[in-house]
Amino acid sequence: MISSIGRFIIGVFSSTGGVVILFLRTLYWVFIGPFQKKPVKLESVFYQMGFTGLRSVLIVFFVAIFTGIVLAMQTAYQLEKMGAVLYVASLVAISLCRELSPVLTALVVAGRVGSAISAELGTMKVTEQIEALEIMAINPVRFLVVPRFLALFFMLPCLTILGNLSGILGGFLVGVGSLNINPYLYLQTSFKYLELKDIYTGLTKSFVFAILIALVACFEGLNTTKGAEGVGRATTRTVVISFILIILADCVLTSIFYFSNM
Amino acid sequence: MQRDYSQEAIISVRGVSKEFDGRKIIDNVSFDIYCGETFVIMGCSGSGKSTLLRLMTGAIKPTEGSIIIKGKDISKLRTYQLDELRKSFGMLFQYSALLDSLTVEDNVALPLREHTKLDEEIIKIIVKMKLSLVGLRGFEKYYPSQISGGMRKRVGLARAIALDPDIVFYDEPTSGLDPVVGGVIDKLIKDLSEKLLITSIVVTHDMQSVFRIADRVAMVHKGKLIQVGTPQEIKNSENPYIKQFINGLPQGPIDFFKEDIGILEEFI
Repeated sequence: MISSIGRFIIGVFSSTGGVVILFLRTLYWVFIGPFQKKPVKLESVFYQMGFTGLRSVLIVFFVAIFTGIVLAMQTAYQLEKMGAVLYVASLVAISLCRELSPVLTALVVAGRVGSAISAELGTMKVTEQIEALEIMAINPVRFLVVPRFLALFFMLPCLTILGNLSGILGGFLVGVGSLNINPYLYLQTSFKYLELKDIYTGLTKSFVFAILIALVACFEGLNTTKGAEGVGRATTRTVVISFILIILADCVLTSIFYFSNM
Repeated sequence: MQRDYSQEAIISVRGVSKEFDGRKIIDNVSFDIYCGETFVIMGCSGSGKSTLLRLMTGAIKPTEGSIIIKGKDISKLRTYQLDELRKSFGMLFQYSALLDSLTVEDNVALPLREHTKLDEEIIKIIVKMKLSLVGLRGFEKYYPSQISGGMRKRVGLARAIALDPDIVFYDEPTSGLDPVVGGVIDKLIKDLSEKLLITSIVVTHDMQSVFRIADRVAMVHKGKLIQVGTPQEIKNSENPYIKQFINGLPQGPIDFFKEDIGILEEFI
């Protein structure tokens, strides 16, 4: 029992160390590599952006719009009692931009893209493709990790903005269609109380989530062992660990923003 | 064919040992590989021959001893120095290890695109040349999953020689192939080493292949070097391990199945 707890704690520390090292190596290839005439290929960054970003648009849109609808109905249920139904608009907009859209988008992307990355890199690892790259003197971090990292880093905030807008649209549909709020008044109320800081704290979160997803997925993928079963395990671990880290980071960041009055 | 080996060794393995979790996989192995020869390392599965190959490519570091390639101790090199040296290496993997997401053409072009500043048109011509060397012209646009195992091996070979390496490592080049394709691969290895003057290091347990391609053979058993010699010397060897191995006898000093047979006898 105690030995298994000990093994678990050692495992957590060594993976954390591994992820930090991977992060530093990624930063090296992003910022210092280009000056040593070894730039990251832009084509592969764009290709990954297409996969991470464009192909996630639909699922992010649907998740956010339904969240907006649910949020509007649940808050209306409360606010009707106080005769303040109009404030559904601002409540939906603020809670989406500050909290729900960054987190839900990150969870969707972790499930969709993070798992795909770790399965792809894991398969490459167990079929010796990573070792083949190393013997061809091609650094796997530069060749495989950096394009995926950059794509996630730039696309997740974009998807979050899309989530903000589609969530507000969902709230709008409920507000106008079922609560009989005037459409102009709904939009006016939405943006009247929404401040710039609500949007950029949300986006700050999504940048952090993007880093977490990319690093966890690439680390798990590159450290896959034991064949097909190992690939499955790496994929599961990627999703579970990134979900936990996203929620944890969200908690930490929200308290930082809260206590610094942002 | 007898060659002049008086020249200096291109690869020199000196007193190398390797341990994994306290288990000695390679035990104090020393040998030299000379420029231009085809050096075959043979042994049973689990004898440590693949580990020996991975030590020579720098994929893993030895626990003891040193491996000197072109005058440089590879375990003491920094990553970028090792990468510089590796540009003169080629390697054919047991399962080819082609990148699944790239076409045959892009796979062969990959080292050229990464390490040279050649124009795309010239790269295309070189790729065509390398593919015709392995008899696969016209397959440029296929993906690795669309071609057979033997063809994948040949694409892997084309990729290994894309940068005109001095040294090519082959990990079980003929395993899992039918005898005819195996023969084709052997002929390619022989041709490449003779036409392009490549030093070839081949790990295999395919005896036919050994006698077709080898200039010199090393027999490895349980991490120890049993004997190094020409194919003729190995054939005529009186060493019981080598006799058992080349004749594929179930009984002898190599006690691979001893314990299992013991269990079987208990049941009978």
